[in-house]
Amino acid sequence: METIYFTLYDYLTHTKGVAYILIVIILIGMLCFWNFLTGKDKDL
Amino acid sequence: MLSNANNTAKSILTPFNLITGAIVLVGLVLTLMRFTGGLARVSNLTDYNPWGLWIGLDLLTGVALAAGGFVSSAAVYIFGLKKYHAAVRPAILTAFLGYALVVVALNYDVGIPWRLPYPFIMQQGTTSVLFEVGLCVFLYLTVLFLEFSPAALEWLGMRKLRNLVHRLTVVLTILGVILSTLHQSSLGALFLIAPSKLHPLWYSSYLPVYFFISAIIAGLSMVLFEGAFCHHFFADKLGEAHRQEKDQIALGFGKAASWVLAGYFAIKVFGISADNNWHYLLTGYGLWYLVELLGFVLLPCLLYATGVRGRRLTLIRWTAGWTVLGIIINRLNICIIAFNWHLPASERYFPHWMEIGISVFLLTCGLIVFKFIVSRMPVLYSHPEYKETH
Repeated sequence: METIYFTLYDYLTHTKGVAYILIVIILIGMLCFWNFLTGKDKDL
Repeated sequence: MLSNANNTAKSILTPFNLITGAIVLVGLVLTLMRFTGGLARVSNLTDYNPWGLWIGLDLLTGVALAAGGFVSSAAVYIFGLKKYHAAVRPAILTAFLGYALVVVALNYDVGIPWRLPYPFIMQQGTTSVLFEVGLCVFLYLTVLFLEFSPAALEWLGMRKLRNLVHRLTVVLTILGVILSTLHQSSLGALFLIAPSKLHPLWYSSYLPVYFFISAIIAGLSMVLFEGAFCHHFFADKLGEAHRQEKDQIALGFGKAASWVLAGYFAIKVFGISADNNWHYLLTGYGLWYLVELLGFVLLPCLLYATGVRGRRLTLIRWTAGWTVLGIIINRLNICIIAFNWHLPASERYFPHWMEIGISVFLLTCGLIVFKFIVSRMPVLYSHPEYKETH
């Protein structure tokens, strides 16, 4: 369901907040994925 | 004598020749109809939908899938990953033919072929994104021609000219990377002018970035896909180096594709968040978007990673084909399926069968030329006289 924003400030605060959370998740996720992707390189 | 004639007839009447011959004949008739009867004679293009299958498939997808040329040559000649050298020539050939077909397909769309150079000599719209795309494609096609020419010159035995062009390899590679970066992203930027027409899930101010990154994915996957294709259909043409390096290429390019796909997935999610488009995900278009994002971005990312970790080469090659399909779907989504999404069904565009026929005809022509070149020129093997210079 679409959220109603009464001011532009509300909208920006919300979207930026979500973006910051995503950045943290993405950074940690990419590190984990890199480890998964290259994890067996040393064995080869 | 009679036996020789029978053998020749048998060698010409192969299933490949019969099928492609039939497609080419139909394609020539359709071409005649297009250039004598106009767009309306063979297409469903309208003022609402001026860009149809020829732009969505032949141009946008063709350019993306031809990215293997700059990706592989940059890996080898700029980043010094010489172990992937065997992948360069087939990738450059595919890129050259891909771009040549893009230009041919563009003629079907815009008509009046002799006016194709007009943007560079007649008009003043040099700030237009379309002008930049046109100029880059024109220059990059020239660069690809020069990059591929050593193979043709080796075949023709023109040693001096071949050595001269060969010395330009690094310069041409740098030019190729610059031009590709410019126009691959600008193809996405073309849609920035239509925020009200393109569905919000596909429209984003990051479209140029999406197009460029997905082109790198397309390039890496196409190298793997065409490698598998050549190893299946042109096994007798493969040189020793190509046989030895093919597994290494699959693992290296598979790993790169997996990593770039992960980054692409991340910025796509970030794009939804930046435009706050979450609520669209539960609509019909949203579900289709999720099919594209999860099925053709996240899934191949994980499949590539699994294939690389387990050294499962067959999985990597199948994933390459799946990813190529995903790129085709992405470009068709942006250009056709999610474009004019708010229009009633009666006003929506669906390609005429003749449009599809012309696209198949062009693809078949590309395949015939590819087969002709690969069967004769040193593309899948190193020419014995030039082995030391590769």
